[in-house]
Amino acid sequence: MTEYNFAYLDEQTKRMIRRAILKGLAIPGYQVPFASREMPMPYGWGTGGVQVSAAVLTPKDTFKVIDQGADDTTNAVSIRTFFQRTAGVATTTATSDATVIQTRHRIPEEPLHEGQILVYQVPIPEPLRFLEPRESETRKMHSLEEYGLMHVKLYEDISRHGHIATSYAYPVKVEGRYVMDPSPIPKFDNPKLGDMAAIQLFGAGREQRIYALPPYTQVVSLDFEDHPFEASKADHPCGMCGATDSYLDELIIDDLGGRMFVCSDSDYCEARQATGHKGKDAA
Amino acid sequence: MTPLLSVQGITKRYGAHIGCADVSFDLYPGEVMGIVGESGSGKSTLLNCMAGHLTPDAGQVVFDTRTDGPRDTITMSEPERRMLGRTDWAFVHQHARDGLRMGVSAGGNVGERLMAVGERNYGDIRDKATDWLGRVEIDASRVDDRPTTFSGGMQQRLQIARNLVTGPRLVFMDEPTGGLDVSVQARLLDLLRGLVRDMGLSAIIVTHDLAVVRLLADRLLVMKSGRVVEAGLTDQVLDDPQHAYSQLLVSSVLQV
Repeated sequence: MTEYNFAYLDEQTKRMIRRAILKGLAIPGYQVPFASREMPMPYGWGTGGVQVSAAVLTPKDTFKVIDQGADDTTNAVSIRTFFQRTAGVATTTATSDATVIQTRHRIPEEPLHEGQILVYQVPIPEPLRFLEPRESETRKMHSLEEYGLMHVKLYEDISRHGHIATSYAYPVKVEGRYVMDPSPIPKFDNPKLGDMAAIQLFGAGREQRIYALPPYTQVVSLDFEDHPFEASKADHPCGMCGATDSYLDELIIDDLGGRMFVCSDSDYCEARQATGHKGKDAA
Repeated sequence: MTPLLSVQGITKRYGAHIGCADVSFDLYPGEVMGIVGESGSGKSTLLNCMAGHLTPDAGQVVFDTRTDGPRDTITMSEPERRMLGRTDWAFVHQHARDGLRMGVSAGGNVGERLMAVGERNYGDIRDKATDWLGRVEIDASRVDDRPTTFSGGMQQRLQIARNLVTGPRLVFMDEPTGGLDVSVQARLLDLLRGLVRDMGLSAIIVTHDLAVVRLLADRLLVMKSGRVVEAGLTDQVLDDPQHAYSQLLVSSVLQV
């Protein structure tokens, strides 16, 4: 552990990232460019989130990593171990005990509290990217608040599928100003983005962008008057803990069409099972 | 009467080369102005300078805005100019592909300008889009098809619908019939003439096709080497050209 500076990155780099984070917090939803470093993992594995986590971690922090809600998947385990080795911080899987939570594509079910920081891994920070390929043009659209094109995408959804079929990375408007990509979280999680007690930081390593939501920020999901936003989930209770209010993964369990629905948030599910909640598929 | 658009001394240079030099004219509401000339005579440069796509080196483009009266669009702020570009102005490109979003359905293409000015009701947007497809003679059943599945003439008509849906007062057209075969050209011209008259549009049409201006334009500018060599009423210029170049241009048209 002494071979590395605390949390892997050198102090000047962390300082540079912290400046970007502060700027992002000052202008909620605005994408701040930063000099993203090569990290010892491939792009797409959370290089942006890791750099943001490295910049905000202190030796006293307790660190939690989730990947699609779970604490025990490859991405979560490798990043948790990375910071155990390079920063020596305490780690946990319990949402309420953690002070810094790095997440890939989920917001924990348990409401976060003040003093916590939620760090998102972001693959493509630009919500307008697939509608307008020119970066020079999308920047101009953000600065001039020209967001009509975002609704063209939703219009196309409705005309093709009869409803807004975008189910993850659902675009939001922050404080009535910037349209933001909330990273590929399911739209079930969108309502949690707004008015959250914790600080939310978004890091995109390959695209070299950081953006942020300070606590208690207004975040509105875009929609049409006659096709309002709807936070959707599979219409089942969790097979393990019986929860009806959590986001579910669908698991195929045999080749006869058998399936079960389980909470994607493993910590939430385990905590419920430990207090005696039981679903119909629990052993 | 206040001119809708007043162009004064527009000059654009590309280094030592002249794009267009010292062009001035007034365009009154409901009037259609044709700009003709050979390739490289500065027609498109002039049009792009007026529409705000290029910044001229000198001159003024004064537009009579709805709220503040006559304003110089070159010195107004970029957000204001872009707002004009999607409300009171429309720009029809020569190639429909430049003016359409090819990956978005016909309805989405027409609805984009509506959504850009704040329309947020899906049903209303769709109704208006369908209505406009009808007005440009595209079957309502094609509303969810992408422009890639449309013929060249349909794409051009779709582009016109997309531009006119917000009820602009001034339309810039860059060779609107270029690249279409003659029968499709005739239909498009007929359609354009009807729309211009019905909506009381003002338009500036750049073309090298004299038949287009004969049918659509009230007045004509003839350009050569970046300068206006002759201006006047369309019939007057075409039937009794004064400048040597205008005479050449008129006499070059094949009589079938």
